Amino acid sequence: MNEAHDHSHAHDHAPSDEDLALTYEEAKFIALKRLLIEKGLITADAIRARMEIDARGTPHQGARMVAKAWSDPNYKARMLGDAKAAAVELGIPVTEAALVALENTPRLHNMIVCTLCSCYPRSLLGEPPAWYVSKAYRSRAVREPRKVLEEFGLDVPDATEVRVHDSNADLRYIVLPMRPEGSGGLSEQQLADLVTRDCLVGVALPRPPAA
Amino acid sequence: MVTPLEPRFAAGDRVRILDLGKPGHVRTPAYVRGRTGTIERFCGLFENPEERGYGREGRDRIPLYRVHLQQRDLWSGYSGRADDTLEIEIYEHWLAPEETA
Repeated sequence: MNEAHDHSHAHDHAPSDEDLALTYEEAKFIALKRLLIEKGLITADAIRARMEIDARGTPHQGARMVAKAWSDPNYKARMLGDAKAAAVELGIPVTEAALVALENTPRLHNMIVCTLCSCYPRSLLGEPPAWYVSKAYRSRAVREPRKVLEEFGLDVPDATEVRVHDSNADLRYIVLPMRPEGSGGLSEQQLADLVTRDCLVGVALPRPPAA
Repeated sequence: MVTPLEPRFAAGDRVRILDLGKPGHVRTPAYVRGRTGTIERFCGLFENPEERGYGREGRDRIPLYRVHLQQRDLWSGYSGRADDTLEIEIYEHWLAPEETA
């Protein structure tokens, strides 16, 4: 219940120093966290450290892997064999149990969803975007993936199979998109700049560099 | 439950995903239960989420697979291309050989 300002009266009480009124879920989260700490099941420092790991993740790390795979066929082969080891090779610490790279080809387009919650390679890419966690994406991506992609502005041609990967258990995934036409003369760094977060989830394609 | 040491299935095996009807922290979504597909790969041994989800740790690890399914086998009236596909991770006790299931 938010009773903060749905009343009108002269303000004779002290202003609240909370940032925002807590939602029911936020209050429940804080209560649960305190209880777990009180019972000695987890420490506040362990929670903080976990959040720190997630905050270290950024889509640019995934983009670096893709750019290197585009530039170095041997690296690409290693990435497709074991993406976690390929990340570690670039100095990117991945805390998830396993990471799988899914290669797009002219005949195959991959996209990732977690229908059960919000599984996402956080230590590599950071927190997932709000739409990835939404019930609409989670339910529709498996049932009508082409329509969902179309709403993201991505029309997958009929000649290309769409393969949805439900990231529902222990593995985590990133998409290895196709290198765009017209990117021939670019450095690895410039290539990485073409690869956005949405490309790594499979709802967008890297754009060729502006002429 | 006796945990098999060797994975029961290999890539290419035809399987049916079971509907165990279990409550709790299960990782097999309703839309794939009862459906048939092909083992894409054996992923390794992982702690059973149905135990780990309740803090019961230190148990044997169980085989996990990726199962490859046809969209047309999942949804009647699937609107995309007929051979669009879906892959999902399934723990071994949720799988049976297709013919005996």
